[in-house]
Amino acid sequence: MKQRIPLTISFIAGIFIILTFYFPNSPLGDIEQHTLVWFAIVVGISMVVGVESLVRINVVKIMKQKQGWAYSLALILALLLSLVTGIMGQVKYGSPFHLQSPFMYVYTHMIVPLQSTMFAILSFFIASAAYRAFRVRNLAATMLLLSAVLVMLGRVPVGEKIWSQFPVISEWIMNVPQVGAKRGIMIGSFLGAAATSIRIILGIERSYIS
Amino acid sequence: MGSAGFMQIFGVWMAAFFTLAIFSFLYKDNVVYKLAEHVYIGLSAGYWLIYVMFFDVKPMLVDAWFQKEGFDRYILLLPAFLGLLMLTRMVPKISHYSRAAIAFTMGVAAGLGVTGAIHGMILPQVRATFLPLNSINNIIIIVGVLVTLSYFYFSREHKGALGVSAKTGIIFLMVAFGAAFGYTVMARISLLIGRSYFLYHDWLGII
Amino acid sequence: MTQDTQKTFLEKLNNIDRRIIFLVIFIVVSVPMLLKLTSPVQISPEVQKAYDYIESIPAGGAVMFSVDYDATSMPEIQPMILCLLSHCFQKDVKVLLTGMLAIGMPLGTQALESTAAEYGKKYGVDYVNMGYRPGAQAVIVAMGREIRDIFAVDYQGTPMDALPMMKDIHNYGDLAAVAVMAHGATPEYWIQFAQARYGAKLIVGTTAVGAPDYYNYLQAEQLVGLLGGMRGAAEYETLIDKPGLGLLAMSPQSWVHLAIIALIILGNVTYLLTKKKLGAS
Repeated sequence: MKQRIPLTISFIAGIFIILTFYFPNSPLGDIEQHTLVWFAIVVGISMVVGVESLVRINVVKIMKQKQGWAYSLALILALLLSLVTGIMGQVKYGSPFHLQSPFMYVYTHMIVPLQSTMFAILSFFIASAAYRAFRVRNLAATMLLLSAVLVMLGRVPVGEKIWSQFPVISEWIMNVPQVGAKRGIMIGSFLGAAATSIRIILGIERSYIS
Repeated sequence: MGSAGFMQIFGVWMAAFFTLAIFSFLYKDNVVYKLAEHVYIGLSAGYWLIYVMFFDVKPMLVDAWFQKEGFDRYILLLPAFLGLLMLTRMVPKISHYSRAAIAFTMGVAAGLGVTGAIHGMILPQVRATFLPLNSINNIIIIVGVLVTLSYFYFSREHKGALGVSAKTGIIFLMVAFGAAFGYTVMARISLLIGRSYFLYHDWLGII
Repeated sequence: MTQDTQKTFLEKLNNIDRRIIFLVIFIVVSVPMLLKLTSPVQISPEVQKAYDYIESIPAGGAVMFSVDYDATSMPEIQPMILCLLSHCFQKDVKVLLTGMLAIGMPLGTQALESTAAEYGKKYGVDYVNMGYRPGAQAVIVAMGREIRDIFAVDYQGTPMDALPMMKDIHNYGDLAAVAVMAHGATPEYWIQFAQARYGAKLIVGTTAVGAPDYYNYLQAEQLVGLLGGMRGAAEYETLIDKPGLGLLAMSPQSWVHLAIIALIILGNVTYLLTKKKLGAS
């Protein structure tokens, strides 16, 4: 019973959405619009569950003064800063995203540098990995290396200066063999995605309600 | 210097501090990096709450309730109820009620996924593979798609004709992965260039 | 060099401290930037297609921009969105901004407001910021019938019907194009639902990591243009004659690519020499 109701809901919702693709006019189309709006509302609210879990773990760590509790305190303070400035922005300017909003200040001078630098350091690791791990052991690895080098040279101006054909070769790789291979992967993966979706609708795949 | 000018300069220095704090990880893991990392997680979590409140609940439920009338208003009780069911996930004793809300979202997503995958991806891509055999590039694309698909067919052993096809598929895959690696290098370096530009231009003012 | 010295040198090369590699990369990026070296770029067909499509939109037409990226890919995509917005405003094309990634919306807002101010454009008349709604696929499908079902108000709570620009804009059929600026898989949602279902014309601006995946869609004519990475931004900057971060980045990018190729070659040489030595001993 605990599983039957959710499985019935997911079956009805899934079949309905598929039907409205083939019968998009009123009244099914109108009901579909409502369903999509409800989906957006419920998905948004589900984010609160993730935040609650994060807050609970860190508050417990602070209260019990476990190792690293000072970092947890910094996390909670940062969360409150984000929340308070966002509310201030909404109240004073009608949106946290208004350019004069205090939230935009926090976003521009804290969130942006933190987020972008987290990914910028990957450039160093990719260079180190290229030196240590990129080995030409067999034909497949050689093809991979050759393709990578040709594309890397073709996509930058210095490559054009070294040999004018590098950009032409790079463009050909991207538009011909790469398209063939990626399309094969894509057809396979979307067939899998369609199959998984059908399994969810029919209740064969139930891991999401365990 | 007015307060606005001071806040701008303070903001740039704060951004530079956080940038260098994250970069310090390249030397070794340290207190400053860990602090910056936790601040980032906290700020992002606060951001999620902001957008749930002001871009989801407020405009689509609260404002809509006061602006709509009749059936269009009262039907909003259904997503509000589903949203409350979703929140029961936070309380272990009643968390099983959230299954209904999760099932609703999964059902809708799966329904969209079936039609989107078939009509939006598979059929157009297969159609685009039906190319005239009047150029070598078209032939390579068609062969590439077929041999790549044959490589991922594991229901039969890769022997004989299927084996040759699968091995050719590997070559195509390696060319594609090499191109992807080349583009990935480009992407990662671009991010470093962006951060370096901020440090040299916005913070130090030397370019 | 004796065999023992060679072996030690090879061992050192094989086990080089990665922080030395980090330093090399940092120097190779910084020097061209500090010397302000610039390099022109050739225009690729996919970027030219995007430019030609926007160029063909008559004045008064409207383009929707979807901000599906955040600060993790800002250096690549922010220059692109600035170029496309500039091109639209140069041609008196109206702009409608939304996004499928909440944490990226402020970047889109900043780009829109700064570019609109540059061209003297008026909010509500020449451009509208709809803000963000969760549920990407559902939002994209719903906008195919009626934008107001999902976005009854703009990002500041002003009703859509109160904005003059929105008078005749209800769904994708009233838009000349949708420019999807993304770093993840959301362009696939736009292709599946907006393009395949409603015939929307899509231009995708994405990171260099994601760009290889979209050549298939370009070849299948599911996209009308594609901008990939900082190179794509540099090319568009060249086309609209507005140099920015994209073009500035081409020189450091060039030198780092050469450095990484050199590292790969050096790594393989030391590997082969070590293998040979181990085989001999």
